[in-house]
Amino acid sequence: MTRIIDQPRYVCALGAMQTVQGIYRGVPVLHAGPGCAAKLAGGIAGSNGDSGYISPQIYPCSNVSETEIVFGGEDVLHRTIENALKVIDGDIYAVLSGCTTEIVGDDIAQVSSTFSDAAKPVIFVETAGFKGSNLEGHEWVVNALINQYLAKQAPREKVKGLVNIWGPIPSYDPFWVGSIRELESLVSQLGLTPNTIFGEYRGLENLDQVPAAEFNLLVSPWVGLKNVQLLQEKFGTPYLHYPTIPIGAVETSRFLRTVGEYAGVPPEKISGIVERHEKEYYYHIERTSDVFLENRTMSRRFSIVSNAADALAISSFLVNDFGLVPDKQYITDATPEEYREEVAKLFRQYQYGIEAEVMFSIDGFEIHQDIRNNDYFGPPLIIGSIFEKKLAEELNGNFLAVSVPIKERLILSSSYVGYHGGLKLLEDIYTYVLKQFN
Amino acid sequence: MAIKKNSESGVRETRLGSITGYNGTLKDLHTKSGCGGVKDKGRCFSQASLCNAACALSQLSFITDAAIVHHAPSGCAVTAMQVSNSKDQLADALGLDNSHSGYVCTDMNDSDIVFGATDNLKEVIRETYRRYHPGAIFIGASCVSGIIGEDLESVASELRSELPVPVAPVFCEGFKTKIWASGFDAAYHAILTQIVKPPEKKSNTVNVINFFGSARKQITEIFAEFGVVPLFLTSNTSIEELSRLSESLATVSTCGTLGTYLGNGLQEQYGVPYVKSLQPHGMVGFESWLGGLGEVLGKEAEVDALLERERAIYLPKIEALKQKLTGLRAVIGMGPGFNFNTSRALQELGIEIVHSAAWHFDKQYDDGKAPDAFTYQVEHSPNDYKLSVNDLQNHELINILSTVRPDIFFSRHTGSTVWAMKLGIPAICVYDEYAIFGYRGLLNFGTWMLDVVSNRSFTENLSRRVKLPYTDWWFKQQNDHFLDKETD
Repeated sequence: MTRIIDQPRYVCALGAMQTVQGIYRGVPVLHAGPGCAAKLAGGIAGSNGDSGYISPQIYPCSNVSETEIVFGGEDVLHRTIENALKVIDGDIYAVLSGCTTEIVGDDIAQVSSTFSDAAKPVIFVETAGFKGSNLEGHEWVVNALINQYLAKQAPREKVKGLVNIWGPIPSYDPFWVGSIRELESLVSQLGLTPNTIFGEYRGLENLDQVPAAEFNLLVSPWVGLKNVQLLQEKFGTPYLHYPTIPIGAVETSRFLRTVGEYAGVPPEKISGIVERHEKEYYYHIERTSDVFLENRTMSRRFSIVSNAADALAISSFLVNDFGLVPDKQYITDATPEEYREEVAKLFRQYQYGIEAEVMFSIDGFEIHQDIRNNDYFGPPLIIGSIFEKKLAEELNGNFLAVSVPIKERLILSSSYVGYHGGLKLLEDIYTYVLKQFN
Repeated sequence: MAIKKNSESGVRETRLGSITGYNGTLKDLHTKSGCGGVKDKGRCFSQASLCNAACALSQLSFITDAAIVHHAPSGCAVTAMQVSNSKDQLADALGLDNSHSGYVCTDMNDSDIVFGATDNLKEVIRETYRRYHPGAIFIGASCVSGIIGEDLESVASELRSELPVPVAPVFCEGFKTKIWASGFDAAYHAILTQIVKPPEKKSNTVNVINFFGSARKQITEIFAEFGVVPLFLTSNTSIEELSRLSESLATVSTCGTLGTYLGNGLQEQYGVPYVKSLQPHGMVGFESWLGGLGEVLGKEAEVDALLERERAIYLPKIEALKQKLTGLRAVIGMGPGFNFNTSRALQELGIEIVHSAAWHFDKQYDDGKAPDAFTYQVEHSPNDYKLSVNDLQNHELINILSTVRPDIFFSRHTGSTVWAMKLGIPAICVYDEYAIFGYRGLLNFGTWMLDVVSNRSFTENLSRRVKLPYTDWWFKQQNDHFLDKETD
């Protein structure tokens, strides 16, 4: 069968450099070609910026050339790490390999291990592009942090109520910062103490706390499972796997109840929180209902073309909260085979026995042809990436870009997570709908 | 230069003797380039730079009916994400149909490393043709395809006999060059060898090698005064238009770095004169660029008339602006083409260039002569400013900026502007290739500069609250600390 990626919506494993950069003062050190960093960042972060305390232009990189291909690049890597420690002011350094250096057989584990006595921790991750996607790369980086850094720290006492939250992938999820902050906020409302390692000023301090958590909370259909499993194995920390990123009242209330119950929060406390939020949420829904209902062009049926996490989260909101019926859902993140059945099952668990068919594909052309052949019984709502913009126009449908490549919109701190996130998603969907005559 | 079919353009390091490592001054670089070529210096520490594949394949992506088949692992095809909507935005602005363009990837995996993947590549090329019916298919090489020795020329040749459109390999393996501009040459080599046909007639077209054609309207109006029509390359052109480049009256370029291979190639192969001049940044550049074209077209009088008219309007305004800008000290960090042209334009406004960082340096172009913009600076610059060559090495640049503390910094590449601002130095990213186009452009640009140095709020608000990611140790070193030491 022809293997083809048309309209790529993810990148290779080296894209996990963004996961390292997502840790404040974390420094990716690339043993890769000269262009990998800038290209990957430009594609993933797109118009949402790829800078911060550091950026791809700051990453130390061996900029592999013909010489290293022929004679090997271990010496160059050694010099690069040695000087990176002198020049770049970071807290943890992650050596990441690219295609070239893995093909020629450079031993990055060995080279990195010579820095085991360095003043700052140096870890390594094999992230050759031909080995997997950036989503898998993200898991590999987190596992390397656990195995090569956390497991070597002095054991920590568990701290009551401390919860590590895992889920959104830095940069690849355009809403990652806002979403992680909202998850933190929800968890802390339950009286628990959230701990996350990504985003502003968390850094090593929060990473160091990971083994002390009472439990790990994974909010994602599949990415991160291997990490929470490893944390259980290494530190005996149990985990709660909540596959659906909560958007809007129904899912967020369920999320609060599930997490609260798991953590032993008194039910009446949870109910109080849920009630307060729902009152506010439905105040807005009530006062805007006329706009939602009295509209000529809003779609009844929808398809999402995105990664498993967004497709599940947004479809759950549109079905369980907003009363739409799903058409086929398209998952474009190269979900590994081992998870596909479990992920597909999640799309058969909407309310009222509603189910959605799921197609896993990395071929956007094939997906678009399939969408063209669907009958949406009216204008479809297509939620995906910028690649769906022209398709939605062609089908006289409605459109929203939520995943990479996202383009043509700027996301700073906003997110679709939580009660406010649900309202924000409706704002964004109807901002498109209202551009048409009503 | 000799352009042969079934060959490669060759990277700039070997073809032109271009370099990415140097530290000295403008005149010293000129002297050293003159006596046997300036020696390239390596570094024992480097930061991630850029890849020639991105230059090559994004150039080709903006052709309205070209399909790119990138023979690579998934990550390399990230260029398809980057051009996803920008090519639509460009085409939509002119009402062009680009539905026959596409960018796909063969998704090379670990078994391909062992067994090769030319069978899949061939299938993907066929499928790409079925999907898009493009005017041509370009096969993009990658580090992986290069290392495992995939024979792209044989694949292309086989598919050429099968498909009714040109199929051209683009040799842009990332590890082959530190000079990403080599990617432009690889793309233009594919166009010259597989797309351009011998002329059947002469047209009244002038090829304009540029990036995105933002000054399309102005240039079209100017050229109309000379009775010629511009064809802006390569974004928003069709394969059919490109096939007739040999019929044009002349070629000009807005960037010497970009234009050398195609411009000189068209001249050598088809006798289309490539106008050697300064690029049209600022006053002298504009005069040289139009003057050179006027000479080739025999339209000197028309050019003079136009320049005189424009001068009457803009010179007094530029002179007034210059009074306000004179004495400002600037550092510039750009590729060599824009660097020397922008430096000259800044000097026309009374700005003092205190350091110029060029992302590479071509001691010569494909005609064997030094770039005009460089020679002009050597001969006319009021000062022999410091000049370093580094392939986007941020640590060197930040070291320079923190030592020199200029009033303003000029950048051109993605992600390179904010670092000066973090030091409290206002900065301008000269993204638009026509930002300093002619007298009007110089006036606009100078005014922008005045605004940026006058209202420093954004820069200062940011710089007060952030820390640079470098150690104190690094700030105490010389900017060329990691550069190989002088051996000659």
